Amino acid sequence: MALITRGFGGRRRDDTDLPPGQYRTDDFPVLSAGPTPRIGLDRWELAVVTETGERSTWSWAEFTALPAEEPTVDIHCVTHWSKFGTRWRGVSVDTLLADVETTAEYVVAHSYGGYTTNLPLEDLLDGQAWVAYEFDGEPLVPVHGGPARLLVPHLYFWKSAKWLRALELRLDDEPGFWETAGYHNYGDPWREQRYLSD
Amino acid sequence: MPTNVGADDAPWVDGNALAGPLGEIMGTDLTVAELTCAGCRTTRPLAAMRVFDRAPGLVARCPGCEDVVMRVVRTAGRVLVDLRGSLVLSLPVPTA
Amino acid sequence: MARAAIPVRLTWQPATVAATRAETATARTLVLDVDGWTGHVPGQHVDVRLTAPDGYTAYRSYSIASAPGPDRLEVTVQAVPDGEVSPYLVDVAEPGDQLEIRGPLGGWFVRRPADPRPALLIGGGSGVAPLMSMVRAATNPTRLLYSTRSPSDALFTADLAAAQTAGDGRIAVTHVYTRVAPPGSPAPPRRLDADALARVAWPRDADAVAFVCGPTGFVETVADLLVDIGHDPTNIRTERFGPTGG
Repeated sequence: MALITRGFGGRRRDDTDLPPGQYRTDDFPVLSAGPTPRIGLDRWELAVVTETGERSTWSWAEFTALPAEEPTVDIHCVTHWSKFGTRWRGVSVDTLLADVETTAEYVVAHSYGGYTTNLPLEDLLDGQAWVAYEFDGEPLVPVHGGPARLLVPHLYFWKSAKWLRALELRLDDEPGFWETAGYHNYGDPWREQRYLSD
Repeated sequence: MPTNVGADDAPWVDGNALAGPLGEIMGTDLTVAELTCAGCRTTRPLAAMRVFDRAPGLVARCPGCEDVVMRVVRTAGRVLVDLRGSLVLSLPVPTA
Repeated sequence: MARAAIPVRLTWQPATVAATRAETATARTLVLDVDGWTGHVPGQHVDVRLTAPDGYTAYRSYSIASAPGPDRLEVTVQAVPDGEVSPYLVDVAEPGDQLEIRGPLGGWFVRRPADPRPALLIGGGSGVAPLMSMVRAATNPTRLLYSTRSPSDALFTADLAAAQTAGDGRIAVTHVYTRVAPPGSPAPPRRLDADALARVAWPRDADAVAFVCGPTGFVETVADLLVDIGHDPTNIRTERFGPTGG
């Protein structure tokens, strides 16, 4: 146990609906493992690539013309902050995959800038995940993942890849940027799956 | 590396910031080690790399090509140092 | 030649606040007593860790501003709005309070006493802190160019003047104000530019080394200007502030 410093309060942890080890914040901390990509909407593209190499792509105009949903969700970052009641607008992953033929069980989300993260496909289906392009009624700003980011609120937020470029459907699991560097492969905040060993 | 803030500041610090987290586990000052970037093959001291420290781990990138040269993640009981972005790590021979 | 004084086993060790000194309205120097501290090389930093009663900890890195010496060191902290550690260090900590430090750290942005080369130190804002340690310890010719928005934002004003006086011609300090010049100053406020740098730079054949510390944009600009005016890029060492939430 480290020496306690008088008068240093640290973070509040008094909310009962927090996952273990989390504290509540009303800010929206910006975390980034690299420079923020700036992607012009004229050259932005979202792709879904199946295990057979079949590609479906959407331009910005096509993507934003898809039926949108407005989820309000709690988000949990592995660096211990949680933010309640975040309001988003985006396209359900169910909608993006509606016409895609696949037997894949895993997905790698690829970002502009090179970031990757892996998830089981079933965690992106049945209304659990979106590709979001508005936050709190405004276009999603680049530092928070704009033009569009993955939103998978039931997993730690590193799974919600910013600057989403493609969803790669795979038969096998391929650990992503943080999953190859010590973080948990699945990342359920309620079971506190932060690290590989958890 | 005192901390300071400005709205325009880039979200990274110098590799100097790795002296503490790495020194604690390595027992030597790795910030004077030179790394050869696997992306662009240039060589620099770790101190001169860019470290993105507002993230689940510490991510050092080459200032030339922005490729990742080192990642440091502290888990519950271990510290992982991922060096797949570096071709060579060279250290000065300690002198008494 | 001694390498950076890094302990065989680098660990957190207790430090006691011995005294505090206000430097500006938003910056404060903390004098820390550390048992067994053996000194540092000017330019090095320490990590400072705070622990709350519930076990929550946070640490940040701060340059050592004092001259090297045993059992005691000084860090100068600029309060970062909404920061987590710096507001505690600037506004709350009192003599007698205990925290933890790890260090001294970093063997790259350092000026070793045995290095005979003249030095040009260029600081922006609170980036002057590690340079202050270099000035205090200087045994060789040293020029400091210090850029702040206004005189009231400048750290160590009296200490720098005293060091210059005591330096007997070895130490020269030049202030640049980017927004507000001192009353009666003939020079208007100005950005640090190539002209201002050229006036304090050592001649090309002096084999001078440059240390630049400040906000990221400042350091990038100054390092580029130094190369433009002919400074050898391999003799420029830089240290940037991050936006880390102090």
